[in-house]
Amino acid sequence: MDYLSLFVKSIFVDNMIFAYFLGMCSFLAVSKNVKTAFGLGIAVIFVILVTLPINYLLNKFFLTPGAMSWISPALADLDLSFLSFIIFIAVIAAITQLVEMIVEKFSPALYSSLGIFLPLIAVNCAVMGASLFMQERDFANLGYATVYALGSGIGWFLAIVAIAAIREKLAYSNVPKPLKGLGISFIITGLMGIAFMSFMGIQL
Amino acid sequence: MKKEIYQNPFFKANPVTVLVLGICSSLAVTVKLEPACVMALSVTFVTGFSSLFASLLRNTIPNRIRIIVQLVLVSLFVILIDQFLKAYAYDVSKQLSVYVGLIITNCIIMGRIEAFALGNKPWPSFVDGIANGLGYGMILVALAFIRELLGSGTLFGHQIIPDGWYEAGYMNNGLIILPPMALILVGLFIWLQRGIQKELIEK
Repeated sequence: MDYLSLFVKSIFVDNMIFAYFLGMCSFLAVSKNVKTAFGLGIAVIFVILVTLPINYLLNKFFLTPGAMSWISPALADLDLSFLSFIIFIAVIAAITQLVEMIVEKFSPALYSSLGIFLPLIAVNCAVMGASLFMQERDFANLGYATVYALGSGIGWFLAIVAIAAIREKLAYSNVPKPLKGLGISFIITGLMGIAFMSFMGIQL
Repeated sequence: MKKEIYQNPFFKANPVTVLVLGICSSLAVTVKLEPACVMALSVTFVTGFSSLFASLLRNTIPNRIRIIVQLVLVSLFVILIDQFLKAYAYDVSKQLSVYVGLIITNCIIMGRIEAFALGNKPWPSFVDGIANGLGYGMILVALAFIRELLGSGTLFGHQIIPDGWYEAGYMNNGLIILPPMALILVGLFIWLQRGIQKELIEK
């Protein structure tokens, strides 16, 4: 599998939202208008793109069974893979906090428009999910991991911007009252998921 | 202790259908009843205990880095669950794959810690955590029941739909096993609940 096909696959076929439902909480909460959805989407792409390669290196050189043999041969049969959850989430939370501080310092305008969403990215399942899928799929080198990170971030971004656009229009339509807002958003996401299933099985 | 703490999560303030927390995992693990039940119990355990400990530590955690501290706390319990499942229920653990790890980022847990445990005493926080975990589990099991019965004609892996029906032309609904149908089912649940509880209807 080459880079391009992995990239396209991670955007459309393995879309974080429509195929795995990752990051649904903020997806539903922050998709009321396109502008904020766009900002959150960009922030998520950035955080995935930074954390996934870091987690990839940590996983490859510290966590997989026998990975620490590069330090000394005595550590060759050490298996730290049970620690991966705590390491991954610590990296993600720390990077998110760091990004928050940097943005606050250098671009107060962007900070105030994104403010509340930034710390929430740490608990966005899409970011953690990307790291866990990276561990499960065992990518051959850092390049693949980075391409996968970029692709799944863009996939999430596309999904949230698309649903926000639909929800903006939905305000004018006549939905049964109890279904208004949340209920219809679920059903629309489901229908979009069915549409995205047509990408399944694409080979490049 | 107030009654609402352990009553609300089941219907009036259900974490999935009202608060919209923890959707990610509730959709992906509900194709079959067995993983759904395991997931429900695991989440209940993690929510209960992480709320308890977050509440015990609430006066010592610095505000600025509280999210990191909470996540590390939660991931401790998730590691316990993950190791336990790998040891005693390997098949289910394989089926759940990354979704066990994703309990860490399950919004219910962080949501309950932020909204309740940080401002309350340990015991009510523990009860609140357990009740929310069970409220979430209830939706999970209901979804899995519908999806497994209509999608594969089985419950817990045992065939329920009699062979006679299949011979008469009954077919399993393949669509309901696919991921998007889970979203549509949750949408219908929300519709049902808001039909009963008018005050939740959005303007």
